[in-house]
Amino acid sequence: MSTGLNDNEIISEVLNGNQQAYAALVNRYQNYVFTLCLRIVKGREDAEEVAQDVFIKAYKYLADFRGAAKFTTWLYTIVNNTCISFLRKKKLDIHSLDNEKVFEVADSQDSGMRANLVEQKSRVSMVNEAIGLLSPADAEIITLFYKAEQSLEETAQVLGIEVNAAKVRLHRARTRLKEKMETYFIEEVRNLN
Amino acid sequence: MDTQHNIEERLWNFIDGSATTDEKTVIEQLLETDAAWKAKYSELLQVNDLLKSSELEAPSMRFSKNVMEEISKLHIAPATKTYINNKIIWGIGFFFIALLVGFLIYGFGQMEWTSGSESSISKNISKIDLSKFFNNSFVNVFMMINVILGLFLLDNYLNSKRKAFRKEA
Repeated sequence: MSTGLNDNEIISEVLNGNQQAYAALVNRYQNYVFTLCLRIVKGREDAEEVAQDVFIKAYKYLADFRGAAKFTTWLYTIVNNTCISFLRKKKLDIHSLDNEKVFEVADSQDSGMRANLVEQKSRVSMVNEAIGLLSPADAEIITLFYKAEQSLEETAQVLGIEVNAAKVRLHRARTRLKEKMETYFIEEVRNLN
Repeated sequence: MDTQHNIEERLWNFIDGSATTDEKTVIEQLLETDAAWKAKYSELLQVNDLLKSSELEAPSMRFSKNVMEEISKLHIAPATKTYINNKIIWGIGFFFIALLVGFLIYGFGQMEWTSGSESSISKNISKIDLSKFFNNSFVNVFMMINVILGLFLLDNYLNSKRKAFRKEA
């Protein structure tokens, strides 16, 4: 089994005809890719479908990965593009996932969550739920930076924007997350202090 | 005076490690001396820790199996760079460069370099006579059609090359 190999070694194996070696890459990154998809498309079934599509696309165009950047950076670029296409197909007015309409859609989709606000939640589930309340663009940049092991430069590369723009977007996303936590998870936030 | 927004932005840069060395020193000093900065810093640090503690979600148990089943029906596409002929790209580049250089040489050849006045260049540019070569609108139209046909031929040629390469693969 090729689980002890690094990404580039696994890719070489796959390109040399060992299709089964690709399973190691899928197992290694399925949670990252799925989480990122879930944060953008907001729905487990849709996220799983998109995540599957991402791995299929990555396999199909694996020969185009030149190893100049990290494999994950290349993979998350596919995630970003596939999610945008998916949302476009769903007829959401997205403007690169970053406008108020989507923000409102994300808000309304999780209205059920607010009913449970009285419940005490663990730190982790509170953060996950608060991220779920963010717009797809904000949730994506936070997930890329904090959970997908991407530097600010790599995050900018995945999103196809300048590093400074990524910095501003990340700052804005964190501010909005803080607002969401203070609005919807006031009890939990108080308990943290 | 620092606004609240500005303080947060500078502190986030400090926390993310993207602040410059000078900025770091300034912020470290502010954190030691200014209570407001210190309070904001601990607040942001808490958000940062919370974000780091968020968990990854897992897809269904069959996810990996589904992907492997799907890819078993597929072949890896050849790398884009292998079916793009660099010689053609360079050829097109050289053609346009040669065209530009030709026009420049002709244009400079038409100028009177001996004239002393400062504005002679702008005057002389208007004197450049291209009508010797493009003196008839029919010729211009004919050339334009030729260029378009040339591009169509090139596109067909590249497409056939790509198809042939895919068949080989």
